Amino acid sequence: MKHLAHIRPTAIVASTVLMLAISPVLAQQLGPDGAPNPTASVASEQQLLQQSPRIVGHIAQPNERARVLMQPVGRQWDHFHEITLRWFGSIAIVGMIAALGVAYLIMGRLRISKGRSGQQVPRFNSFERFSHWLTAVSFVVLGLTGLNITFGKIVLLPLIGPEAFSSLSQASKYVHNFVSGAFVIGLALIVALWIRDNIPRKVDFDWIKQGGGFIKTMHAPSGRFNAGEKLIFWFALGAGLAVIISGCLLLFPFYVTNIEGMQIAQIVHAVIALLFVAVIIAHIYIGTLGMEGAFEAMATGSVDLNWAKEHHDLWLAQIQRDEQRRQARQEGVN
Amino acid sequence: MARVKFLCDADRCIECNACVTACKNEHEVPWGINRRRVVTINDGKPGERSVSMACMHCTDAPCAAVCPVSCFYTTADGVVLHSKDLCIGCGYCFYACPFGAPQYPKVSNFGSRGKMDKCTYCAGGPESDSTPAEYAKYGANRLAEGKLPICAEMCSTKSLLAGDGATIAEIYKERVMKRGYGSGAWGWTTAYHEGITV
Repeated sequence: MKHLAHIRPTAIVASTVLMLAISPVLAQQLGPDGAPNPTASVASEQQLLQQSPRIVGHIAQPNERARVLMQPVGRQWDHFHEITLRWFGSIAIVGMIAALGVAYLIMGRLRISKGRSGQQVPRFNSFERFSHWLTAVSFVVLGLTGLNITFGKIVLLPLIGPEAFSSLSQASKYVHNFVSGAFVIGLALIVALWIRDNIPRKVDFDWIKQGGGFIKTMHAPSGRFNAGEKLIFWFALGAGLAVIISGCLLLFPFYVTNIEGMQIAQIVHAVIALLFVAVIIAHIYIGTLGMEGAFEAMATGSVDLNWAKEHHDLWLAQIQRDEQRRQARQEGVN
Repeated sequence: MARVKFLCDADRCIECNACVTACKNEHEVPWGINRRRVVTINDGKPGERSVSMACMHCTDAPCAAVCPVSCFYTTADGVVLHSKDLCIGCGYCFYACPFGAPQYPKVSNFGSRGKMDKCTYCAGGPESDSTPAEYAKYGANRLAEGKLPICAEMCSTKSLLAGDGATIAEIYKERVMKRGYGSGAWGWTTAYHEGITV
């Protein structure tokens, strides 16, 4: 109590000094006629926008997103969506098709060097093929319906007119929403089935050094999946996860994120998906037109022996060893 | 008429929300949709200001630019309208809108949105003026009757101004000159690429 008695006079003096120090500030807040200036402490629009790209206030509505009074950055998102994204997408996709065209003109179709042996080696079982085609078909559907959102009004709208184009876009929006589920399942199956054989190994560096099978004079060694296929696998997993996560945010708008998050989710979804389409175009090319004997692996499930020797020698050796061992075991039983 | 605009004099707005209510009543807007709203900055603190906000009917409207089905159009008066027949409810206009104007009725699966709804500046839509079809989709067409938007018309403090952009800018300038202060025409620089200098 004695200490407090000492403190009290000190506090009074200190507060008086403080008040004297503040009074010039108070005087400044009064207008020339002596009336207080009601805007002295009002934050201006410019000030608020310098602090944050969105002005957020309070609202008497149970709606979080309605609290954002203003977000001039919406115009930047508009610019991204209408200008940046279209250029990026066009360059990625048209560029990829052009590059593949050039590759085809230079190298032509990669033939099986020794011709077909007529002997078949099983490569993908029916479940693996189902998983692949589930992912593939849903990807193509998602890709086309997605591209329609970004490029449809330039490419398709002038051709079929606003009414038909709107009906088509409405339907493709629903198709995109629902088919996404099939893609998620397909991708999950692919990853579960093939992740073991896609772990990078030392042989992958040799494969790259040997020109990845594109140079006929060199032999690129490979296990079940070569380094190129592994790159596609890991890219599909990474890009797939990115479009799935961003896609979920877009599918359930404002459930877990705000307007800023929605804009970022759309940017991520669009950019990654366009890259994904470009990469998958290359994947489709090499699996069909680009290489003899490759498509049947996913169509019938088996490949020609000479194709396997040329492109997946280590894998072929492995399954032949397994086969011999099984035969030996069966003979032992008999 | 020239270029019509909205202007909210935040130094007069008392957050009574009558503009919100009047709008809902005039257009029979569905439950959960507010074409206009009042946001309060620094609520309960010194310098608190409320701003009534709806579609600002922007110059180079970003909603119209991003619409994947191009369902927006601008009238001769500068009012930004859209066709609910063409809208697919993708929600992109809300991401682009600087003012949070587009609203979506909640329908069916996921976060799926219905046809977008927003302030029409009381100017209806693409249907023939003042028809029941127009009213059902877009609400009243007061502009066709020679009246201004109901929100601004009944604003008790005349904080919210609607009409020819040059005229309402002049009214606001006079107010600021007379009372000696003004926190500015909120959103004008973003919406119309020009503010009001007093």
